Amino acid sequence: MTNGWTDIGNADVVLAMGGNPAENHPCGFKWVIEAKKKRGAKLVCIDPRFNRTAAVADHFVQIRAGTDIAFLGGLINYILSNGLYHEEYVRLFTNATFLVKSDFSFGNGLFSGYNPASGTYDKSTWQYQQDGSGHALQDPSLRDTDCVFQHLKKHFSRYTSAVVSEITGASVEDFERAAGIICSTGRPEKAGTIMYALGWTHHSFAVQIIRAAAILQLLLGNIGRPGGGVNALRGHSNIQGGTDHGVAFDKLPGYLKSPTADQQDLKHYLMENTPKPLSPTSMNYWSNYPAFFISLMKTMYGNHATLENDFAYHYLPKADRNYSWVYLFDDMYQGKLEGMLTFGMNPVANGPNSNKMISALSKLKWLVVADCFETETAQFWRAPGIDPGEVDTEVFLLPAGIFAEKDGSFTNSARWAQWKWKALDPPGDAKADQEMLARIFLKVRELYQEGAGAFPEPILHLSWPYSRPQDPPLEEIAKEINGHAVADVIDGKGEVVAKVGEQLSTFAHLKDDGSTSCGNWLYCGSFTEKGNMMARRGRSDPSGLGMYHEWAWNWPLNRRILYNRASCDADGRPWDPTRVSIMWDGTRWVGDTPDYKADSPPGAGLGAFIMLPEGVGKIFAADFVEGPLPEHYEPVESPIKNPLHPEVSSNPLVKRFVSDKDGYANPEDFPIVCTTYRLTEHFHFWTKHITVNSLLQPEFFVEIPYELAKQKGIKDQDLVRVTSARGSVEGKALVTKRIKPMRVGGREVWQIGIPIHWGFAGRVKGPLANLLTPTAVDPNSFTPEYKGFLVRLEKV
Amino acid sequence: MAIKGLEIRDISATRYAALGISKVPRMTKLIDLSTCIGCKACEVACMEWNDLPMDETYRAAGGYQTIPDLAHNFWNLIKFNEVDNGNGLLWTMAKHQCMHCENPGCLRACPAPGAIVQYTNGIVDFVQENCIGCQFCVTGCPFNVPRISPKNQKVYKCTLCSDRVAAGLEPACIKACPTGCLQFGTKEQLLEYGRHRVRELRSRGFKDAAIYDPPGVMGTHVIYVVPYGNHPEVYGLPADPRIPALVSLWKGPLKTIGSTIMLGGVTAALLHYLTYGPMEVKPDTDVKKQR
Amino acid sequence: MEFTRRSFLKLSASGALLTGLGFDVTPAIAHARQLKIARTTETRSTCPYCSVSCGVIIHTLGDNSYNVRPTVVHVEGDPDHPINGGTLCPKGASLKHCIVNDRRLTKPLYRAPGASHWDEVSWDFVINEIARHVKETRDRIFVQKDLQGKTVNRAEGIAMIGGCTDTSEMNFLMVKVARAFGMVYFDQQSRL
Repeated sequence: MTNGWTDIGNADVVLAMGGNPAENHPCGFKWVIEAKKKRGAKLVCIDPRFNRTAAVADHFVQIRAGTDIAFLGGLINYILSNGLYHEEYVRLFTNATFLVKSDFSFGNGLFSGYNPASGTYDKSTWQYQQDGSGHALQDPSLRDTDCVFQHLKKHFSRYTSAVVSEITGASVEDFERAAGIICSTGRPEKAGTIMYALGWTHHSFAVQIIRAAAILQLLLGNIGRPGGGVNALRGHSNIQGGTDHGVAFDKLPGYLKSPTADQQDLKHYLMENTPKPLSPTSMNYWSNYPAFFISLMKTMYGNHATLENDFAYHYLPKADRNYSWVYLFDDMYQGKLEGMLTFGMNPVANGPNSNKMISALSKLKWLVVADCFETETAQFWRAPGIDPGEVDTEVFLLPAGIFAEKDGSFTNSARWAQWKWKALDPPGDAKADQEMLARIFLKVRELYQEGAGAFPEPILHLSWPYSRPQDPPLEEIAKEINGHAVADVIDGKGEVVAKVGEQLSTFAHLKDDGSTSCGNWLYCGSFTEKGNMMARRGRSDPSGLGMYHEWAWNWPLNRRILYNRASCDADGRPWDPTRVSIMWDGTRWVGDTPDYKADSPPGAGLGAFIMLPEGVGKIFAADFVEGPLPEHYEPVESPIKNPLHPEVSSNPLVKRFVSDKDGYANPEDFPIVCTTYRLTEHFHFWTKHITVNSLLQPEFFVEIPYELAKQKGIKDQDLVRVTSARGSVEGKALVTKRIKPMRVGGREVWQIGIPIHWGFAGRVKGPLANLLTPTAVDPNSFTPEYKGFLVRLEKV
Repeated sequence: MAIKGLEIRDISATRYAALGISKVPRMTKLIDLSTCIGCKACEVACMEWNDLPMDETYRAAGGYQTIPDLAHNFWNLIKFNEVDNGNGLLWTMAKHQCMHCENPGCLRACPAPGAIVQYTNGIVDFVQENCIGCQFCVTGCPFNVPRISPKNQKVYKCTLCSDRVAAGLEPACIKACPTGCLQFGTKEQLLEYGRHRVRELRSRGFKDAAIYDPPGVMGTHVIYVVPYGNHPEVYGLPADPRIPALVSLWKGPLKTIGSTIMLGGVTAALLHYLTYGPMEVKPDTDVKKQR
Repeated sequence: MEFTRRSFLKLSASGALLTGLGFDVTPAIAHARQLKIARTTETRSTCPYCSVSCGVIIHTLGDNSYNVRPTVVHVEGDPDHPINGGTLCPKGASLKHCIVNDRRLTKPLYRAPGASHWDEVSWDFVINEIARHVKETRDRIFVQKDLQGKTVNRAEGIAMIGGCTDTSEMNFLMVKVARAFGMVYFDQQSRL
């Protein structure tokens, strides 16, 4: 989230789209109700189904799953053609004024630079026109045909209400009523927020949906402001922390990049990852990349990371391709892997195409599963239809402690790192995950100490400074993440800001010379000499806006609203004096922790987006693989050809997998759009082990539109079968008027919905929804397209 | 410790019932149906606080309302209803439980001394020790709430968490409710809050929004804010609940005769209990440790 | 026969327990349950489900004395928490049953190749066996240099996934260990 849960209560308009916060984040949703009650806010819900968020919304619009870019593009067009954007904000804080290279173009669904042979783009035409010092040329009048603003206008002029209706299935009237509400916040005294979740990320063009949302919010001047923002509602308690700490093939802690095979030495790696400013007013904070990275290497390898050995840079594995989830399991299915360790992870249930997951696991020689319950993954070898005698995988199932049985921190969607305390010991012989992992690591290290093996140095030299090596205290790891001074840290004025051995208080003190150690620069400040900041429980909120700066700790630097410089005008006065995030008091920025140089006066004109080389928010962004502006593409499996450009129907950058377990449907055989989702009563594949939740939602069901059910002779609670090109599931029909028939691309299209929560392990059992879902991923985030695929429906 | 012995307002089948003289707040639950998201947190909080046992036989339907009805071990139910009201779809979710009537039909109907008690704060509570399983309360209830347990033939329903309220806490459902749809306070406070909500709803186009506090039972200690106030039945609420006529008759001269004949044995057992009383427990809520 | 006022008062004295907010200590209420969390130990924690991260209070029976093995009797929202303010959803409200659950795993289990059952094994057995596998696989499939002769130091035979419902500290530890082993097949729920 750019903002936070409590800040939703400051909004005038809430757009819930690509997420169903009432059902999936009920306690966060209270802040929507609060905004409605206290501010008279309007809630608009856009979703394939009339869900429990829709039930309390002021306006609901049903769209076909996977047509969000068309809808958002329509909103952008509505804003631009009706002059509803916040003009001063757009000029000050976005790259609308930047000039793009003259040979940039878009036509027939493709941007300039597409190479059909490789299926990729050469992005050179997507770059800015630059002056001699590498800064982008700008046109403050926004009139130059090469400027981003004009490109934006032209690009989205195609997204008329009629086109939106044709693609999404929503009526023109419904769309325009929604647009009227959502686009009403382009005024300084209004703020609107967007709440999205996996309804946006589960598409093969997911990142571009979120880009469209960012453009919308930049045009309306809603980024950086209380009650504004683009707010990702994440799905798990510490998925944010896991992301922040770099549990990903291509990331290191703090969103540093994993080195690639081409980056053979530290110098080359740092050069390629340290951006240069694109504007003279850009703070370009990522210029500190070397300090962040070298401090991480000091944490990883301590005295073994030295200037002489490139700070142990060569200890890190160098990736040369995509090792993310679906590639991992595709490679596993092809027999390229021997073993896997999983901690609290259930790929059989949560990965796409469950049959492929099960087959892939059976190719492993050994599998380690650490979990609290016996998951589908732990017992994949006895999944329905599998003969255990045919599966040679050795499986180790390790009993794990649950949240209450350990301390440590979770980072929520709002980036609040919150400490928790241990209530009791794990049951029986169960152990906390960190103890299991530590024991495994130390035993492996022992084996390498005893005998020869491949490249043992990173294992032998990994820093392991814990008072209980076999069971590292989480407080000690938290301190390690925050970082400490390896030598006295001296600032620009020659003053010692941290003495050797002291915990650091800010990432501004990090050095690229090895004198600081910090496991994750973003968390620097979370565990300082003052103690564990994440354990704070202060309730003071002088802003009255729900910032609670003394409650827990917010990354970065306890900042509650990101990009908050944009909440003020050019002179540092808040756009809305009743909702002040920060303001210039004549000498410095006061309020929330400024996302800005704290003493840089407004007149100096430093860019408001300090992390970006442009210094401003990107309406046009060459950072993503399939284009610098969002474009509607159809899902990989779609009932229609893209009405905008039938010959480039789906995302041209999306790869199809070719294993015998991977199939993709055509609409003739699989005419119905299917989407998957969660229910309030269950959490993922976990609570089916729990009595109460199993009672509240005991059975898998299929939500079917009333009219479709009638056509097929299906009555409520009849048994139905849903079949995709990958697999099939059976369950009870829930016939409902909450999903309406749609006219899309000139024909009648139906969509059905299935909740995901069941499986073959649990107190209650049911089919795995992911037996149906395709192996197709967004080409930027590599997240699977769990929503908007094709199926067949029949009565059993 | 002060003995507060004067604050029972009414007891079933008991002559010296109205004993209270203290002025205590009339506690009330408000259910704002415009903000209910049907999450069932209240259902779970109720089961959890009251340690209500699971009943596997409930497994009936796939869908949103999987539990069909209130039960002796399920005192709080959200009813889901899809209504096509002409100008769009309405998906209502409404919490149902004992209404804690000002004039409780259950208590009026009950022939067992001390089986149903009404406190001056408005809570109507069943005392299973004194219940004889006759189910007259079921007949007497205009909201169809009390349910008999097949296990021990006693009748159960929502207690408004009388144990929590006694200790100065709110009922479990109120505390859990994520959206603030449930509120707890005095009747006066909540009527005022309810009127405020009704005004806000009317300004959003719900011109018939109203407070549901049915006069037929002299008002209730569970009140609703209803967006379509002219159609409470859409939410499963009776339009004009009243105590059945037969119960009103029973409440009159017939009652003493009937209860004397029927309940001699039960009352004797009860008296035994009264003589020996329960074990004395010294409460001390200040010793709780916090970490 | 009916109650008299005197017997009520008598009972009130012997059963004195509940005071305040309109309660009487009568036969009726004297038998009402005591507040079940009156003497529990409270531990502040965070709900392990969605990313709102509601504050919860775990009530364990027993005062944490030397001889006590605590058991969870109730979980309720933390009223001080700025986001949830004591509220919980139906999943958070049932957390007690997540912790105290007869389906919890309590022993390390091992499934041999081709077997159709689990064997209970010791921690020493699983740690030794896993470590042996890790080293053997790593040594066998380690790619020190790629085909172009670039140093890549990848352990391509082993994958590690997980962490989304575990602490940040565990996530960081996973990163340290995975990268030290040279793992590149490394992912978690945020991808999904």
